[in-house]
This record gives sequence, structure tokens and C-alpha cells, in this order.
Amino acid sequence: MGSYISNTPEEQREMLSAVGVPDVESLFSHIPQEVRAGELDLPAGLSELEVRRKVTGMAAKNRVYPTVLRGAGAYRHYIPAVVKRLASREEFVTAYTPYQPEISQGLLQSIFEYQTMICALTGMDAANASVYDGGTAAAEGVAMCRERKRTRAFVSACADPQVIQTIRTYCFGAGTQVELIPEREGRTDLEALKGLLDQESACVYLQQPNYYGNMEDAVAAGEIAHAAGAKFIMGVNPIACAMMESPAACGADVAVGEGQPLGLELSWGGPYLGFMATTKAMTRKLPGRIVGQAHDGQGRRGYVLTLTAREQHIRREKASSNICSNEALCAFTVGAYLSAMGPQGLAQVATQCMSKAHYFAGELEKIGLKRVHTGEFFHEFVTTCPRRDEVLQALDGAGILGGLPVEGGLLWCVTEVVSREELDRAVSIIKEVCGA
Amino acid sequence: MKLIMERGAPGRHLDLLPPCDVPQVTLSRTRQEPLDLPQVSESELVRHYTELAKQVYGVNDGIYPLGSCTMKYNPKINDEMAALPGFSQVHPLQPEGTVQGCLEVYATAEQLLREVTGMDAVTFQPAAGAHGEFTGLLLIKAYHRSRGDAARVKILVPDSAHGTNPASAVMAGFQVINIPSSPDGCVDVEALKAAVGPDTAGLMLTNPNTLGIFEKHILEITRIVHEAGGLCYYDGANLNAVMGEVRPGDMGFDVIHLNLHKTFSTPHGGGGPGAGAVGCKELLRPYLPGPMVERGEGDLRWAVPEHSIGRVKDFYGNFAVVVRALCYLLTLGREGIPEAARNAVLNANYMMHRLAEKYPVAYAGPCMHEFVLSLQQLKEETGVSAMDIAKGLLDRGIHPPTMYFPLIVHEALMVEPTETEDKETMDRACDIFLELWELAHSDPEALHAAPSTTPVGRLDEVDAARNPVLRYQKP
Amino acid sequence: MNFPAELQYAKSHEWVKKLDDSTVLVGITDYAQKELGDLVFINLPVEGDEVSMGEPLCDVESVKAVSDVMSPVTGRVAEVNEELLDAPQKLNEAPYEAWIAKIEGVSDCEELLDAQAYQEFIQQG
Repeated sequence: MGSYISNTPEEQREMLSAVGVPDVESLFSHIPQEVRAGELDLPAGLSELEVRRKVTGMAAKNRVYPTVLRGAGAYRHYIPAVVKRLASREEFVTAYTPYQPEISQGLLQSIFEYQTMICALTGMDAANASVYDGGTAAAEGVAMCRERKRTRAFVSACADPQVIQTIRTYCFGAGTQVELIPEREGRTDLEALKGLLDQESACVYLQQPNYYGNMEDAVAAGEIAHAAGAKFIMGVNPIACAMMESPAACGADVAVGEGQPLGLELSWGGPYLGFMATTKAMTRKLPGRIVGQAHDGQGRRGYVLTLTAREQHIRREKASSNICSNEALCAFTVGAYLSAMGPQGLAQVATQCMSKAHYFAGELEKIGLKRVHTGEFFHEFVTTCPRRDEVLQALDGAGILGGLPVEGGLLWCVTEVVSREELDRAVSIIKEVCGA
Repeated sequence: MKLIMERGAPGRHLDLLPPCDVPQVTLSRTRQEPLDLPQVSESELVRHYTELAKQVYGVNDGIYPLGSCTMKYNPKINDEMAALPGFSQVHPLQPEGTVQGCLEVYATAEQLLREVTGMDAVTFQPAAGAHGEFTGLLLIKAYHRSRGDAARVKILVPDSAHGTNPASAVMAGFQVINIPSSPDGCVDVEALKAAVGPDTAGLMLTNPNTLGIFEKHILEITRIVHEAGGLCYYDGANLNAVMGEVRPGDMGFDVIHLNLHKTFSTPHGGGGPGAGAVGCKELLRPYLPGPMVERGEGDLRWAVPEHSIGRVKDFYGNFAVVVRALCYLLTLGREGIPEAARNAVLNANYMMHRLAEKYPVAYAGPCMHEFVLSLQQLKEETGVSAMDIAKGLLDRGIHPPTMYFPLIVHEALMVEPTETEDKETMDRACDIFLELWELAHSDPEALHAAPSTTPVGRLDEVDAARNPVLRYQKP
Repeated sequence: MNFPAELQYAKSHEWVKKLDDSTVLVGITDYAQKELGDLVFINLPVEGDEVSMGEPLCDVESVKAVSDVMSPVTGRVAEVNEELLDAPQKLNEAPYEAWIAKIEGVSDCEELLDAQAYQEFIQQG
């Protein structure tokens, strides 16, 4: 049994006698007896070695695929060794929120740098210090756009279903009405959107590339939203941002997304990071913490948590978001990742993802797995797949996590970590199963 | 100190990827503006972040008595287990059969936390305490609605509550009714009685409260709310005081959140990631966010509760944080869990006893895991504020307590040593606190000018907020 | 502290300047700005909104607090001083020039004090 308590029984006795009570129980004596728990029905505590054995045993029950051809919101990318080492530095890991700026400059500066890099990636004017993940970033983005007389949010049916569900849950809380913009052949039906918007429309949420990997006409979607007086929110893949038109160039008022591709492990879904950026005009509507530059009495540059009167600890029931703890260490990691990659490296990742995905789509097409949608895609795409379950099982047997089953077939994803050899091997396995 | 954007030179980079082994393609509409990211070498990058690391204060550096934040030691085995490739390399959309170990982590942690809290079900989907509050309140909302009871639109919140409580209630679509505290720092039971009614959806309560006081009328409080038809929400921020000694479920609470990054020792990471597990009694189980882990025949699987409020987040929560908390629960076990709470309370009482020599304690009597000092009198006498004392502590290598909270105490300093601090560390901290009290009387100017040993002095937060500079722009 | 004689004052520390029978300018008093400390932002009211005497008109932020500014009159917001969005320090530096809102169609009004009575009111604490 361990409890990480430092004081010996002797020291505890000294402290009790200083306080002037006979035992620790006396310090609990004002708690009504009716609510005191007896001994809990828990296993006895374990030594470190026993914990290691037990938990390592659990990890061993999971399957780690050498090759992953599945994305759908979580992506295996290459994480440089330097990023992992820096992100595990315990000075950052064991710190609390930087409430005392004078002894937290390292942390505050790292977040300021992260905000700067998110602005660079999205083209927007200001970013916050992170929210929980891509889904909650989208939901908070919708909340930013709600106005007293504009209480309807229009969400693309081609967005990640989990993101849509999260937006719905948040809107159930706030009383915002959520309407889906229908899908048409793998893309958001912008003609339909025109007919849907009215004076009560708060915002349009579009994912780029969308859940099926397809590129949307974001510029047109933004124009339609703005023509109706609604705000335009883009949920973007940050790797794709190195290659595609930036959210700012598409006219986005708010840009959000899942930061996991930028140096965070898959970790079965978390912790990840939601990034949020916006225009100068909407900066004060950003939820959560924001770091700003400041100077001390001697003119030295430093950083502080700023615009804090927006937040729950000051505004309480008038705050527009309740977020307190965020994903600071993940933001730190993203900053280190983007610094390691640089403009050239990130562009290289984006190009390799897209190129390999296209190569794979082409090879699949040759063996009869046709793309379900037409038009441009980034690093994900949907194909038909006869004998879907058998295909996935055969790939599984070869250590390959195949595409995600979706309506109409499989949703594939290829990133820079997958080699041409691996893709060719996957194709030959599929070919064998499908007998083409 | 330079920003990473101010380092490097055009063309500097790291060599990370092999050349592309397939024909290259690109989009028809591509990014027009340059991608303005840092261009540094690997050694420059490492030196930059190493320099930043020297300007951070973590639990590894020393005592961190930040009230209500439970900054206890973060055991290293927990980090090592969370980083096992069998956890870190697992894709969240793998088939159930290939993630039985992950599901077992959740099932085991759920079982242990149900016993610790006296709840019937626990979800790990919420990513932080506030996220847990929001989730728990939506459960309450869904419960009343399912009974056709749409009139219950008000959530009662004591005035000593964390700011997240009222903010979460509003996000969940409720109106907030503030309940005043009595002179003894506890909920004013008469005011509560007057406030409840057919419009009461529920009460949110932290117990022990933010003053470090156990609400001794807790059973009466939860009964009053239940009799009025409302539900009771337990904010688990202060569970470290009572875990293994008192269970929220036995106090009459229907739904709770736990901050795994406080009570269950997972590191705060400079502000996150945390995890905000939500537990509830049977009556709220059908509304929990999905999916939940369920025991099948010989295996574990996912199941979505019948009337689920839906997702509050992508995937299943901050899994790697839950792995750490599970390691901690397994390590402490039956004896260790109450032992931690008892020592947290002992340490707090010891520090309070020593500081009370000079500093007025806001509410008399033994405290639980934390206590609040009021420096109002000191400020009136010497002009030295809670902020000044905090900055003086920085110069002496101590992380200050929580300042100016709870709001109902003027010039508040809220101290929570946690059970992992040893006596000599606390003695040294107390000596410094007492020395600063003397200094406030002998040389108040010295404290107004503090800190002087840190990389920067007090920063002009007014100017930072009036003229916000939120990102670096090239000159 | 400065309390111009030509203005009227509410006990909730706003000043009122009558422009005509049913139109007024509203701002916060010198006393109020001192109590609130360095203001860093104002959430202005919305033009066209109906406001009621004794109800919040808008709020002002300092670094560590947010405070409601109450409306001393009942009426409709005709105009707001957008200059304050970029220069909230004007509320501190020149509180009587830094009007917050012009309110028209004034139908009801708090019992307002003249400069001297307001000064006495403050001194009584």
C-alpha cells in the first residue's frame, strides 16, 4: 500500500499535539455520524510493482496496429522525438494554471506562442489557450455566435457525427435550435442552405475537409451565411491548413478544430485539444483563457492571462462559457510540434498525406473499390467495399486497421507515416478477398 | 526572453520525413498566404523550451498550497503507465474486441469510484470539472423533462461556490438563485427553505465548502431539496478532505463530478488536461452521455444509455488521465484512500494552527483540508494586501495560496497544503508567512515592490487588457 | 472628486444630463470610477433596447471584476458611445465626458440628487 504521505506516525503525533487534539478522528468529529462511511469495499492497496504488473496487463489486452488506415477524427501522424521529450518536461506537467505570472512566464509564453501559431495556421486574428477537443470547440464556436435574436444554428450534415452530437448537447443546454444542412453526394448542399437561412439564423458550421474527406466550397458557404447576416464557423483539419485556403481567406468568423494531428498521441481518444480562433471583432467572445503580452514596471516584456473578466471565476452566471481547466499541456505540445515542423515540414506532411491517399484511392479503384463521391478530397475518402467485414478481418490479420465502416462502404485515411509498400500490401490483401 | 518566432532563420528546419514515395498531388485551390511558423534547428528548439522550463513553478519545485486546487504530488508510475504503447497507440475507433484493455481501465476505475462516492454509475466522458458540472446539470434537466416537469428551471447555488457552478447552470439553461451563507460559513438553512419550491431543479453544493468547512446540516439540506422535488449535485472539487471517510451518495447527493486532476493525483499540465468523471444514482443513469462500458458475456462492450443526453465530447474522455487516476486508486486502495484524506486534514489544521498565531482565520474551528485567512485587518493597518503577501511569497520560493476567493471573504488567502507535504516543508512555509506578517508592519513598501527575484516584476494587467496583444506580429 | 453642478445624480452612482424633456445622457460618476478602479472594457447597451429604471443598463470590467451599471431612467437606448470600446480609460480619466448611452422617450426616472446632495450622500457612506 502506498499513499505518498511524507509524514511519519511520529511527526503526525507532533502535529496533533501542536494543534491540541488527541487524534485525527477529533478533526472529523463535527461530521454527523450518520454520514460517516465504514470501511469501504475496495481492494487493498498495491505496491508500485504490483500496479505496474496489473496495468501493464490491461495495456497488453489492447491491439496496437502497425498500420492504421483509419482516421475519422483521430489521426496517426509522425511525432518527432524532440516533441515528446519536451512535452514530458515535468516543470510544465506538474504546474497549475498560471495564476501567478511572475513565476509562470515559461508556461504563459508557451501559450502565447501557441496562440500565435494557431493564428498563423488559420489566418485569424486571435486564438484562445485551448478548449477540450474539436467537438467542444465547435460547440463553443456556435455559442459565440448566438445572439439574442439569432438563436438557430445550421450545421452541415457532412461534419463529423460526434461533433454534431456534441453541438446538439451544448445547444440542448442553451436552448439554441440546431438544424442540419443536408448532404448531397458527399458534400454540404449549399443550394438547400440558401433556402434555410433567415433572420433568426446565428451561424453556419462547415467542416473542411468534411467527414468524408471531401473538400467543400467554403468560400461559397461563407458568402451564403454572411448574406443572411449569420456568422460562418469553419471546423478545419490543422494539417490540411498547410495546403488549403485558410479559414480567414474563406471568410470565416470563427475557426475551430481538433488539434490532435499536431503532435498528440492517439491515446484512445484523449486527451486531445480544441483550438479556437476568431476575428478581431469577436475576440472578446472567445471562451476560456487567453494569454496577452504585458510589461512590468521596468519595461520588461512578459505575459499574463488577460481579458479575464469574460470568464466564469469573475462573471459567474453571466459568463458565456464555464470552462476553467483546459488542455494547456496539449497546447504546449502543439506549439512544440509546429515549431519542429516549421512551414516546410508541415507543408510536407500535408502533401504526403494527400498524395498517399490519392495513390491508395487509385490502387483501390483498380481492384474495383470505387470512390463513392466525386470531386476533390484531402487524405480521407469513402469507397464501396463488397465483403466489407471479410476485408477488414483479412487486413486485421496482417496488422492493418482498415477503413471505418460508414454508409456506402469504408472511410479510409492515409497519413505520411504509411509507406507505399504498406499501401500495396493492403491492396493485395483486399484484392485477394474480393477476388478481383 | 525571446519568442520562438524571434529565433531561427529562414530555411532552418528539422529533417523528419523521407521523400514522398508516391506521385505528388495538391489541391486546385491552395493556401495563398505564407505559412508563418517558426524556422528553427532542433538544438535551438530544445534550448528554447528548456529556457522556458526554467521559468515555471510546478509541484516538483515545492509546496503549492493553492486552495481548492489540491496540488498534491503527482506519482511518476502513473505517467509511465499512461504512456504504455498499449494505451497511447490505440485508435479510438478500433473494434471493441481490440480495446478490451482500455474498456477494462474504465470498468475498473468506475467500480472503484462508485464505491468511493456511493454512486451507482460513473462516466469518464467529461474532460474537466466544469465540463462535469455541465454534464451533471444536463442529467438533472433531462430527468425533470422526462417527467413532464418543465417548471423546474432554477438551480440553487451557495454564495461561496466556485464560479463554474453558476456558469455551468446557465450553460445548461437554468436560472441561478444564490443562497447566502450563515455567519458560521455554512449554508443558511432557513434561506434555503425559503428558496426551494416547485421551480427548483436542484442544488449545487461543495462539501466541505470553499471555506474548508463541512456542512454539518448536510442531511437536512439534501432532504429540503428532495422534498421540494429537486435533485442534489455534489461538486467534488474538495473530495480530498473526505474520501474514504464520507461518501457523497450517503449525504443525499444524486449526481457528482470528481476532478481526477485534484483528488486523484493526476498532473495539472499548466491548466489541463484534467478529467471530470461524473457519477450518479440509479435514477439518472438512463440519461448519462453515451457510450458507457457494459459487461457482456465474457467481454466488455459499449452501450448507449436509453435516454442519453448525447455526447458532451468526442470519443470517451481524457483516457490517459483516467489511466493515471486508476493507478493511484489501485496504489492507495482500501486503507490508503481514507489515510490520504486524514493526512490532508491534519496538514491543513497544522498549518492553520501555526498561521493563526498572526493571521486571522476567516472562520474559527477546526478546518477540513483547507482554510481561509482574511487579510482585511492587515490591509487596513499596514496597507499590505493579500496580493502583496502573495508576491512576497514568490520571492521566497513558495507558491502563494489562492487569492481573493471565496468572494465572501475580503482579502482572502485560501491555503490547502495537501497530504503529500511533509512537516518541515510546511514549517518553513509557515515561518515565511509569519516573517511576511512582520515585514508588512516594519517595511510595507518592500512588499508593495515584491516580487524582485523573479524574471519579471508585477506586470501591468490593466494595459494588457485595454490594449490586448494576443499574438506575436513581426515588427 | 468632481461633481459638476449642471448634472443630476442617482444613488447607484450614475450621472444624468437632461438634453430635453424626454432625452438624457447617462454615464458613471467620478466616485463610481474611483471605486471600480482601472476599467478595461465596457459592454455597451444595444441601440433600440428598452431599459428600465433600477435595472442593469450595461456592465463595465476591471481586471478582476465586472460590475453592472444601472439605468437611472426608463426609456429607449437611442445611441451608445462606441468610442469607449477602444478607449475604456476615458471612463476613469474623464467620467463626465465619457457618456455611455443617450436614452430617449424617458417615461420614468429615479429620484435624482443634485451635486451637493449626491456629495453628502457619498460622505454618509
